Amino acid sequence: MKILGIDSSGLVASVAVATEEDLLGEFTICYKKTHSQTLLPMLDELAQMIELDLETIDAIAVASGPGSFTGLRIGSATVKGLALALEKPVIEVPTLYALAYNFCGQERIVCPLMDARRNQTYTALFRFDKTKIQALKEQCAVDIHEIIEEINGIGESVVFLGDGAPVFQQAIKEQLRVPYMFAPPCLSKQKAGSLASLAVQYYIEGNVIDAALHKPEYLRLSQAERERMEKEHASN
Amino acid sequence: MNKPEPMRILAIETSCDETAAAVVENGRKVLSNVIFSQISLHTLYGGVVPEIASRKHIEKINQVITEALNQADKTLDEIDAIGVTYGPGLVGALLVGVAEAKSISYAKKLPLIGVHHIEGHISANYIENPDLEPPFLCLVVSGGHTHLVKVNDYGKYEILGRTVDDAAGEAFDKVARAIGLGYPGGPKIEQISHKGNPDAIAFPRAHVAEAAYHFSFSGMKSAALNYLNNCRMQGIEIAQADVAASFQQAVIDVLLGTIKKALDETGIQTFALAGGVASNGTLRKAVKEALDRRGVAFYCPSPILCTDNAAMIGAAAYYDYMAGKRSGLDLNAVPNLKLGEA
Repeated sequence: MKILGIDSSGLVASVAVATEEDLLGEFTICYKKTHSQTLLPMLDELAQMIELDLETIDAIAVASGPGSFTGLRIGSATVKGLALALEKPVIEVPTLYALAYNFCGQERIVCPLMDARRNQTYTALFRFDKTKIQALKEQCAVDIHEIIEEINGIGESVVFLGDGAPVFQQAIKEQLRVPYMFAPPCLSKQKAGSLASLAVQYYIEGNVIDAALHKPEYLRLSQAERERMEKEHASN
Repeated sequence: MNKPEPMRILAIETSCDETAAAVVENGRKVLSNVIFSQISLHTLYGGVVPEIASRKHIEKINQVITEALNQADKTLDEIDAIGVTYGPGLVGALLVGVAEAKSISYAKKLPLIGVHHIEGHISANYIENPDLEPPFLCLVVSGGHTHLVKVNDYGKYEILGRTVDDAAGEAFDKVARAIGLGYPGGPKIEQISHKGNPDAIAFPRAHVAEAAYHFSFSGMKSAALNYLNNCRMQGIEIAQADVAASFQQAVIDVLLGTIKKALDETGIQTFALAGGVASNGTLRKAVKEALDRRGVAFYCPSPILCTDNAAMIGAAAYYDYMAGKRSGLDLNAVPNLKLGEA
């Protein structure tokens, strides 16, 4: 079984091909070019390097959100186009599950943090049972203080990762009352290898959908919708 | 001798609020033209909300493409190239179509052709008019664009003039909102104007000094908004139909004046309209009458090909393809793409 994984949910663009036993290849960059310019050339390069016949892929996995709205859509449209053309199913892997999987097997609690702007973070809390990932707190967009309090409540040591970790460093330092560490750069951002490996588990569980039905999970309304609802709420 | 196999292009267009896909043969024969319109979603906000448009594109894109293939009774294996709009337009919206098109072209090993949206509008004229060939003059009028273009050859464009501020359709939208007609303004202005007097209010006909073929609609729009404000302050009841008809007439007069000048000075005897505002019946009629009197051949696409659609992108992509144009896997959305640089 062969799974192609694509992640452009954050600052990083990453593509990988994984089987049950191996990560055949992974190409990750964190550079100023846009995901739109890099993603497919990276896939092309990777495919040539590992002599990948796209037809032999069983399913295509995508970081399905949360993340940068535009970044998520570039990944989603890329995956939807590939899946439509190759007639393959899509595996939606929630962004923060895939990110946390960088620390598969870790005994600490794993807390991914992405900068969600407006003083919020996209976050979740995970625990690993060997290679099984379990959510203690599901993906959400919350104030950083809220997630810090939740970790204090659990009272166990924690590892932070994600491109939001540096943004919230100060708040963590001031308010967290449990032992903690920040992930090193090589593990701190999205890796399509982690996403594809986790997607292998999803695929075995039959957790796939038709490409036409896939859409990103933003965890947030658009600004226009939010403002309209606030206005309606205020006038009620 | 066997007839050569037709060249079939799957075209994708997501530059604004229509998710569209089409299959076009040899640039002129439309096998399918599927449009999922989001207008009702944006009406709530009085205009297109880019983030909402982008979200809807990603939800609908595969269904629209599949439907276009089904209606054309073709599979991807019977497609020879992929065409896609990569600008100008809303960047988030464009990116959905561009990423999708690149993936399909990569997976099926098909040539990819990035198309300029305005070039698409102009090329819509080729679809229903087998006899139309460059050179001709074309006025592209829509909610986002007002361009007077000299089409020297397929894929060879010379911009004679453009709006220096609002697009004609944008001015219609804003005036429609001010009269209380709602969104989208163009069709509503036209509809109500049939009941109004186009000479009721003398709005200014603005011309741009020192740039004979440029347009300016911002001043005309402001004049209309000022007129409405004055009426309200003086407690005069606003005759919606008269305001709409008079404003529409002012815009048409300005467009017509520039068209005539360009025809006179270039000596070109063929003229085409294009873009969403070209589906305005009053404008079409006025231009046709004026050109008939001069013996100038007049072309205008059916309303369904005037609005944003992918068939027109398929038409433009075909001529770009024949000219040897190919786009790479690094094709990006270019929100302010200029015509002629495509």
